[in-house]
Amino acid sequence: MSHAATHPPTGAAAPNLGLLVLKARTFIALILVFAFFAVAAPNFLSAANMVIMSKHVALNAFLAIGMTFVIISGGIDLSVGSIVGLCGMVAGWLVLYGVDFGLGWSIQFNTLEICLIVCLVGIAIGAVNALLITRLNVAPFIATLGTLYICRGAAMLSSDGRTFPNLNGSAEYGSESFRQIGAGSLLGLPISIWMLIVVAALAAYISRRTPLGRYIYAVGGNERGAALSGVKVNRIKLFVYMFSGFCAALVGLIVSSQLVASHPATGETFELNAIAAAVLGGTSMSGGRGRIGGTIIGAFVIGVLSDGLVMMGVSAFWQTVIKGLVIVAAVVVDQAQQKLQARVALQAQAALGK
Amino acid sequence: MEHPVGLQIRGGTKVYPGTRALKSVDFDLRMGAVNVLVGENGAGKSTMMKVIAGVEQLTEGRILMQDREVHFRGTDDARRHGIGIVFQELNLFPNMTVAENIFIGREITRGGVDIDMEAQRAATRRLMERLEHDIHPDTPVAELRVGQQQIVEIAKSLAQDARILILDEPTSALSAAEVEILFRVIAELKRDGVGIVYISHRLEELIRIGDYITVLRDGTITGARAMAGVDVPWIVRNMIGEASKDFAKEVEHPFGAEIFCAEDVCLPRAGGGLAVDHVSLSLRAGEIVGVYGLMGAGRSEFLECVIGRHPHATGQMAIAGEPLRDRSIAGRIARGIALIPEDRKNDGLIQMASIRENMTLSSLGRFTRLFHMDLGAERRGVAEFVKRLTVKIASMENPVSSLSGGNQQKVVIGKALMTTPKVLLMDEPSRGIDIGAKAEVFRTMRQLAAQGLGILFVTSDLEEVMALSDRIIVMSEGRITGEFDRGTATETAVIAASAPGQGRPAQELVA
Repeated sequence: MSHAATHPPTGAAAPNLGLLVLKARTFIALILVFAFFAVAAPNFLSAANMVIMSKHVALNAFLAIGMTFVIISGGIDLSVGSIVGLCGMVAGWLVLYGVDFGLGWSIQFNTLEICLIVCLVGIAIGAVNALLITRLNVAPFIATLGTLYICRGAAMLSSDGRTFPNLNGSAEYGSESFRQIGAGSLLGLPISIWMLIVVAALAAYISRRTPLGRYIYAVGGNERGAALSGVKVNRIKLFVYMFSGFCAALVGLIVSSQLVASHPATGETFELNAIAAAVLGGTSMSGGRGRIGGTIIGAFVIGVLSDGLVMMGVSAFWQTVIKGLVIVAAVVVDQAQQKLQARVALQAQAALGK
Repeated sequence: MEHPVGLQIRGGTKVYPGTRALKSVDFDLRMGAVNVLVGENGAGKSTMMKVIAGVEQLTEGRILMQDREVHFRGTDDARRHGIGIVFQELNLFPNMTVAENIFIGREITRGGVDIDMEAQRAATRRLMERLEHDIHPDTPVAELRVGQQQIVEIAKSLAQDARILILDEPTSALSAAEVEILFRVIAELKRDGVGIVYISHRLEELIRIGDYITVLRDGTITGARAMAGVDVPWIVRNMIGEASKDFAKEVEHPFGAEIFCAEDVCLPRAGGGLAVDHVSLSLRAGEIVGVYGLMGAGRSEFLECVIGRHPHATGQMAIAGEPLRDRSIAGRIARGIALIPEDRKNDGLIQMASIRENMTLSSLGRFTRLFHMDLGAERRGVAEFVKRLTVKIASMENPVSSLSGGNQQKVVIGKALMTTPKVLLMDEPSRGIDIGAKAEVFRTMRQLAAQGLGILFVTSDLEEVMALSDRIIVMSEGRITGEFDRGTATETAVIAASAPGQGRPAQELVA
């Protein structure tokens, strides 16, 4: 509601400054965490450590980007960790065996084809999630919980729970470059970081400068209102879950390439880290609000925190506790920001005299 | 007859961050009478009532009951002092039944644990009988129309045996017949000595029902007196402080060709039967057609069929002679239909999104090449419509929820107009907005019609439909039961046609 105001809003400057600090809080937190470990952990700032750390962060950041879109649209995707596992197994299978129809011959693929197929698998699982949610009216939490188990089970079945080892590929089929996805680098940066930069830039562009991005926010903010404004809600949901599946497939590829092996249990609880990064970056779990940039910073805070704690020799149990505390604190501060922001907007409106 | 003062506010001041909503007001609430409260949106009516109901606390000043100072720290405190309130914004749980909603927080229990559903149902049934509404106690509130939900809110307060009952715009979603029922209930409560505070934007209604009137403007009381001798110009003078903003005068213009027609539109109702029953109508370019009817007459549902919200609706529609086959909402918007929904909060706007994002949501294609949005062009487009519709905003980046009701409605209208529609569907366009904003909305409607738009608007306000329509269509029980030209329409005839039960004149309704 608005109130008639006759006197100018007092102290408008102070909350505006406070608001600025609050808005940049994740970034400030990142700088603080960085500064802390730079002092507390030896070798933390070494180039080698930076590269290793950014590789760790990248995996979570991919998932978190996909997750951010899903959460902004008002949903949740619990299946991403399992998609990582399944896509890793698909990649491993294709590198080792190709596709065998049992006719005495098999089709072998080169690296690019393997990447495309794996991405399509991830996108297809995302599409299944979306169809369950839009056509069959299953709640997102339940639908993706179902696909979580299905994909994990399928990954286990693919190898009877064993690891696909030695994914070196073969020059004969053009798949010897498979290792480069995880190990290669370009201009001094790992390939996986370049991929992250591309995906993040694409996602940020979609969210800020395309109607699709605007519709994702609208659907999460008020689905009925968006539908009545002519937004094709089901198509938007289809996109966000497919995009999330695509991001998970990329992670599956990168992990199996980095390890030169694929293990069916890869990616367990990855979905929770992705959600944590999104929330830390200011994404609202009730939908309609969030930024890709915030999510990436959130992913970095979590990644830097856990790697730094490892380097300091803090026990894994304490690491988990600290991670939890950081997430809770982030959400508490987020609430404070929302309140302050609403007040500033109300004040500006009140200053208009109506 | 002398009415004792049941509650007083002395020197009441309420400061919100950055604004003074109430400035040292003195208010007397008289028992056994209807205390009418009127003022433009943001004048402080709702704030004053929230203070009385314990939702907000005064920054300065005192509240007295029987000459003793009282402090309400919360709604529970106020309720213990016998104060009940029906908010303008409905506070119901859509997922619970009518009976559960009415007894929420005060459940009838056996031994403090087990809820006595049967007793609650029986009590609900008695309340509904008293309010003359056939609403089953076990119906989930989500299945009720907005007007029916308002009845449930009123029933909730009645169930608490409140000595002071505050009604904040109780009739904004009610039709004439339901307003009559409500007025009878109010008269009954008055006889029982209940003090009633009645807030409304409908001035005629206030004069009819009120015993005392208090006018607020910018947080101060500009007029307070017994109702005898009060007329509309007096109220408006005190509300606005200047000459009355009249409804825009008619600009005569010729109508164009038929721009929209609907034939045999039917919509099945969830419980069987038809919510919209073979409705056929046509609309010409430049024409304003008012659809009048009781709540549940199928008016809103018909508009929803036209915009394509109900995929299982049947019937044919055509825009400018071209049949309308696309069943999706997006397709229909592209063909030139735009809807301004009844429920601004839930259907019209994305509350957390900015004013700019809300306004362009239906027309992003205008600012997009291939897939790239030109944000500069978007801002210019919004600025143009903000100016055209005189929306009062501090910044187009602020959330739309920071605006007053009238300005929010203008944003919704802006959103519809940005799609360059040929046919504008407006569902209760003046609901919950003050008379200043109302007049501007009506003026805009007239201008749009003069530019060749066909406007189909639904209203429960008889005065509004008579003043604004070139043609009036009356609906009852899903069917069209009357059609009047501007010249031939009389209030009596319109009300008679709107009564349920075909053609039967509703004697008690003809005031």
